[in-house]
Amino acid sequence: MNEAQALGLGPVPARSGVRRLRQNRAAVAAAVVLMALALLAIFGPWLSPYSYDALDWQHLAMPPGLTASHWLGTDPLGRDLYVRALYGLRLSLLIGVLATAVSVGIGVAWGAVAGYVGGRADSWMMRTVDVLYALPYLFVVIILATVFGRGSVAMLFIAIGAVGWLTMARVVRGQTLSLKRREFIEAARATGLDTAAILLRHIVPNLAGTVAVYATLTIPELITYESFLSFLGLGVQEPLASLGSLINEGARQMLTAPWILLVPAGFLIALLLCFNLLGDGLRDALDPAAH
Amino acid sequence: MLGYAVRRIAGTVPTLLILVTLSFFVIRLAPGGPFDGERALTPQVRANLDRLYGLDRPLGVQYLHYLDGLAHGDFGLSYKLRDESVAGLIAQGLPVSVTVGLAALVLAVFCGVPLGIFAALRRGGIVDYAVTGLATLAIALPTFVTGPLLALVFGLALRWLPVAGWQRGEPLYLILPAVTLALPVCASIARMMRGGLLETLGATFVRTARARGLGPWRVLLRHALRPALLPVVSYLGPAATYVFTGSLVVETVFALPGTGRYLVQGALDRDYTLVMGMVILYGALTLLLNLAADLVYGWLDPRVRHE
Repeated sequence: MNEAQALGLGPVPARSGVRRLRQNRAAVAAAVVLMALALLAIFGPWLSPYSYDALDWQHLAMPPGLTASHWLGTDPLGRDLYVRALYGLRLSLLIGVLATAVSVGIGVAWGAVAGYVGGRADSWMMRTVDVLYALPYLFVVIILATVFGRGSVAMLFIAIGAVGWLTMARVVRGQTLSLKRREFIEAARATGLDTAAILLRHIVPNLAGTVAVYATLTIPELITYESFLSFLGLGVQEPLASLGSLINEGARQMLTAPWILLVPAGFLIALLLCFNLLGDGLRDALDPAAH
Repeated sequence: MLGYAVRRIAGTVPTLLILVTLSFFVIRLAPGGPFDGERALTPQVRANLDRLYGLDRPLGVQYLHYLDGLAHGDFGLSYKLRDESVAGLIAQGLPVSVTVGLAALVLAVFCGVPLGIFAALRRGGIVDYAVTGLATLAIALPTFVTGPLLALVFGLALRWLPVAGWQRGEPLYLILPAVTLALPVCASIARMMRGGLLETLGATFVRTARARGLGPWRVLLRHALRPALLPVVSYLGPAATYVFTGSLVVETVFALPGTGRYLVQGALDRDYTLVMGMVILYGALTLLLNLAADLVYGWLDPRVRHE
């Protein structure tokens, strides 16, 4: 398998896809901002002298700009908002990316097998997806949160990853169905490759473009789920911070200290908007037919 | 049409049963229980509590008993809120949730459809840019972000509207929650309406209508609008679901006495019967709304029925 094949839709469409993406200024800007946010989330907290749970009794609920070292102000307990928001950003990115990886893994395997094997297996597998689709995801997550207790980050991954794979499975199955009839798959079968090898070497690599598009659109969705659970108090627990729990805290302090709300809300808005713009751009570039 | 309706309804029942069964067993399999409080209970008290709530019987019996209760509209007793039945709590909260949800849905449709039409008719204009741009933003942002921000701007900074609360359905208190909830739905509808109308306006049957000398309004209203509305109609099912489940969030944000807060509180307290009752209520609501949307769609578009 050569590199162009791994990129997705054969050499020419992949290259022209990248070119189309570069021409989309919103998507390029979104990618740049996302890089900056990721770097900030990884290295940003080290730049500040404070830790995420250190209390500074001299500076309780300070607005941004009034003290030299609390760049984005502090909360009512004197904790540094810059550091806390970046920890939240870190967690959101981590959960978003890892949970997306989980759901992409399940979704691609499920969809590719269902689509390629076909027949009764396909109809049962897709019916399972249909039934799960009809269950309200939010409640599945809340049930899982109730069951596993609050604050387990591992639970958050599982709960969020487990509801995210359904769309992926449907999309992948559709793509697999159309790939299945192509000559090179026919040729691979004629050379005596078994089903597993055909799936791994020929079907899955050719799904890469589609998968990249939907993965990029899944990340913001899953980040929203995580923040939402934390907002409700079912996710990450104090003194750890998630953008969702920080927003909840900020909403309660809104009257006296609006910056406590505005700082994490700003980060979350930037994050979600950029992922959506990038995902839309990727879809337009790699999959023009979807429009 | 009748056959189609029967098939769709028959498909809904097993899903609902799966939802009930799944939530029942997953919750019962969980370690820890609602009576594991900070104070350890004496074995005698514990045994009495278990007997009162039927927890001493085998799991299968409990399940059948629960199903039997559900069939009679009995969701059991809340484990944490003393002297309250889950059905009673639902009856208290549901009117509030439904009011907010319906207001949001109506608002979304009546703003989204005209905005979409306008953007499509003036393609490339300022309104089109504003609508498509804001739609991306409104769809990307979750209600628990927009809600507090709207409350901050319109409640605290401008002082136009109350920040939170619920004065027995006073309309003024309804505005912010309904707008918060309506924003993403409105944006999706506007986007869909714009896309659909652009497509039909370029279709050959619209060109024919124009060629016959019909005025622009007549072409729009009689020919182009109807097929363009179809995707919007089919979106109403998911939209209604979104609005009713999303009311959970705005109820938390704006401190409304709806059913959503019971779900959240129940999950925090591990109040199993309360969480299950809420999950089943919302699950059934979701399924019914999707069913209704499918039926309406099948009625509007005969092709769907004969799939």
